Amino acid sequence: MTTITTEFTGTAETGLSTNQYLTFLLGNEEYGVDILRVQEIKGWERATEIPNTPDYIPGVMNLRGTVIPIVDLRRRFELGAADYTSTTVVIVLRIEGETGTRTMGFVVDAVSDVYNVASDHVQPAPDFGSRVNTQFIKGLATVDEKMVILLDIDRLIGLDAVFSSLDVVDDQRSNPSATSPQETE
Amino acid sequence: MAIDVTKFHQTFFEESLEGLELMESGLLELEVGADNNEAINQIFRAAHSIKGGAGTFGFTAVTEFTHLLETILDRRRSGQAEVTQDAVDVLLESIDVLRDMLSATRDGNELDPADVVDVQARLQELVDRDVPAPDGATVPVPAPNEDAPTTGTDGDTALGTWRIVFKPQAHLFRTGNDPVRILGELAELGSYTVEADTSGLPSLADLDVESCYTVWTIELEGPTEQSAISQVFEWVEDDAEITITRLDTPAAPTAPDGLEASETATDAPAAGTGTGTADAERRTGGERRQAEAAHGAAATTTSIRVDIEKIDTLINMVGELVITQSMLQELAQGNAINTEKLREGLADLERNTRELQGSVMQIRMLPISFSFNRLPRLVRDLSGKLGKKVELKIHGESTELDKTVMEKIGDPLVHLIRNALDHGLETPEVRVANGKPETGRINLDAYHEGGNIVIEIADDGTGLNTQRILAKARERGLVGEDDQLTERQIHDLIFHPGFSTAEAISDISGRGVGMDVVKRNIMDLGGVIEVHSVAGRGSRFRIRLPLTLAILDGQVVRVRDQVFIVPLVSIVESILFDPVLTSSLARGAGVYRHREAAIPVIDLSESFGIPPASDTEGSTPLLVVVEAEGTRAGLLVDDLLAQQQIVIKSLKTNFRAVPGLSGATILGDGTVAMILDVNSVLGLYRQSMPARPAPDAAEPGSTPGHDVEDTAPAGGQSQTVSEPSDEEKGPR
Repeated sequence: MTTITTEFTGTAETGLSTNQYLTFLLGNEEYGVDILRVQEIKGWERATEIPNTPDYIPGVMNLRGTVIPIVDLRRRFELGAADYTSTTVVIVLRIEGETGTRTMGFVVDAVSDVYNVASDHVQPAPDFGSRVNTQFIKGLATVDEKMVILLDIDRLIGLDAVFSSLDVVDDQRSNPSATSPQETE
Repeated sequence: MAIDVTKFHQTFFEESLEGLELMESGLLELEVGADNNEAINQIFRAAHSIKGGAGTFGFTAVTEFTHLLETILDRRRSGQAEVTQDAVDVLLESIDVLRDMLSATRDGNELDPADVVDVQARLQELVDRDVPAPDGATVPVPAPNEDAPTTGTDGDTALGTWRIVFKPQAHLFRTGNDPVRILGELAELGSYTVEADTSGLPSLADLDVESCYTVWTIELEGPTEQSAISQVFEWVEDDAEITITRLDTPAAPTAPDGLEASETATDAPAAGTGTGTADAERRTGGERRQAEAAHGAAATTTSIRVDIEKIDTLINMVGELVITQSMLQELAQGNAINTEKLREGLADLERNTRELQGSVMQIRMLPISFSFNRLPRLVRDLSGKLGKKVELKIHGESTELDKTVMEKIGDPLVHLIRNALDHGLETPEVRVANGKPETGRINLDAYHEGGNIVIEIADDGTGLNTQRILAKARERGLVGEDDQLTERQIHDLIFHPGFSTAEAISDISGRGVGMDVVKRNIMDLGGVIEVHSVAGRGSRFRIRLPLTLAILDGQVVRVRDQVFIVPLVSIVESILFDPVLTSSLARGAGVYRHREAAIPVIDLSESFGIPPASDTEGSTPLLVVVEAEGTRAGLLVDDLLAQQQIVIKSLKTNFRAVPGLSGATILGDGTVAMILDVNSVLGLYRQSMPARPAPDAAEPGSTPGHDVEDTAPAGGQSQTVSEPSDEEKGPR
């Protein structure tokens, strides 16, 4: 528990033991992301599909001249598909990975709230064994009797081979299983 | 007046390196014994500005070195000495050294002093030899200390007496130079007496107060060197006649006598001894340059020099744009909107934008001579080394090309030229024996063709040896024992990675040194390289490159309910798809008969896994015939939409590279559309077929005709239909 708590204050740029999280809803659950990573929140527009990508990537969007990929978190977490409507929300986040910073949009059901969460109120995600991948869960926080799942968005993307750079197309094609080894959760 | 001069360093280095290029190409044009006045003048001016700049920034070593160069050039400029082959050689070498010195200074590296001292000694030798006789009155340049360039100015210089005659031209004051300041500066070098000759002064009525009429004769006594004195006069030496004469006999290491001087030159510096052998081991200038270029690219930020005219056009256009914008704004503020006027305004805006875009792109365009310039030197050096006679002819060096493309095409070009020289051209004896002229020819040509630039490198050497290439390929298992290949397919084998090892090269009569790297570089730029070769007659490499990497002309096509962009350069033609002309081969792969040739049909909706849209069933599909790397194929699309210029946005920035796509763009309505990479689409299609299934193996060879073989390079014609889309998607 301690290790996780420390790591998470370390990533916070405020230097305080309290971090602010933007939370959003997926089905009945509330998830939180570090608010410093949020670039903007925008409404859903039709995305352009990218051929041969998993279905949790509906495509790419034009964010003021930059082409950003969109990830449908509902489908990513296998919570069942939801229709996209004009009230569907896309949260644009800054992702920091080994290869640099990327900007990506995440489709969620609705934006909920902004919470201050003291780092000692964050509990580590329980270990579900190998059947459930909890690597991209920073921890669980309880706010007003509700439980919020705090996501480590960098790891969610970083561990996903779909987003890793494809230098050699041939390798990728000849080894199709390499595209989605994380599908174990 | 403390000005931080370091911020000008970058400019100085850039300009100096450019100057060196000028000098180099000038030197290569010099003809021994002929009247080269204009060329020498040009070289001299370049050397002079480098010296001036280096002096200003206090790069003493560079200044001193260039000073020697300048002296040598000046003699030849004024006809005091002949242009000899020898001199040109030394001068060329000194340019290499200077280039090294400059880059070392720029990067703050230590330079191996041996090279510098050696070449400097030889320059000095040349300077001394030039002097016709030890005629004391006209010794213009005493040799600076041998180790001066590496250690900077030497402290213990012997006392000397100098006579300086300073005869400024009338316009001296207008150049902002003040003789008083110069005299003041001289005082730092020693004590002197000045005599002013005012006999040139006109009567008061005719006197122009802004002109200089005086001639000064200065006798200076002090521990100084001639170079130090001329440095004082550096800024005015173009605007005045300056004679610096040493009155007393110069001390030790400087020898006025030509013979003695050459002796000092050969035995003074350690590295200077045995220059001939050191020379043989030395890297050639071209190679040095390559290393320098590679280093430079990595270490420095690049800048671009833009023609002032281009900038002016740009400013004009922005002006027009602003006018159009205010006009539109006015229109919008009026109560009743005049549609007619609005339309006009929008048309203007469109024109302005297009022109502006064109001009901005123009800024990035540079003549390809920037890349070609280094090649004559390379050819000169290499031909000397290989004992071959070569004539390099360059055409179209003013063809303009995007700077990024230019930077990346340099190395492949060097490679191809080197190959042509090394492996393509024969030695003079062999050439004569084969009934060819003794001197081999390499033609380098650049021209525009459509939206591309084409660079051709042709030699009249031996050509590719198809037999040996094929044998080698069989040996390496690149080609099956029974496969029949066309000559063209065999030639293409040299671009195969397996062919690039050193062993393969020495075995095959040339070609193949890193040709796969050449090809990859060119493909990275979105270009294509082809080789045509006739045994005994020579080879021709043809490189086709896009003019720019940022913008391309695209054809917007619709596949089901999605929109894609096919680069216009890849499209051969678009035709109505006639089902009668297709024949289905084994397991669903379609072949379409198109102009007497059979081309594979690629169903884009299938390759990209696009689900069928219900309303498109009835429409007639179209076949977009595309060509990439000499291979043709038909892309099945539902509709052709607009043709437009598109700005390429990378998918890699925020996502990753996607097979089959070269990027994305944003269309007029703000939506994103994918740009097809035709090459990669063809690759995907080929890969979707099993590598080499035994039953189908004979198929491509059995169909006669050139084009058929082109279209089926991977062998088998069968296809596993379900695979291409599903394996990318991964398990659900």
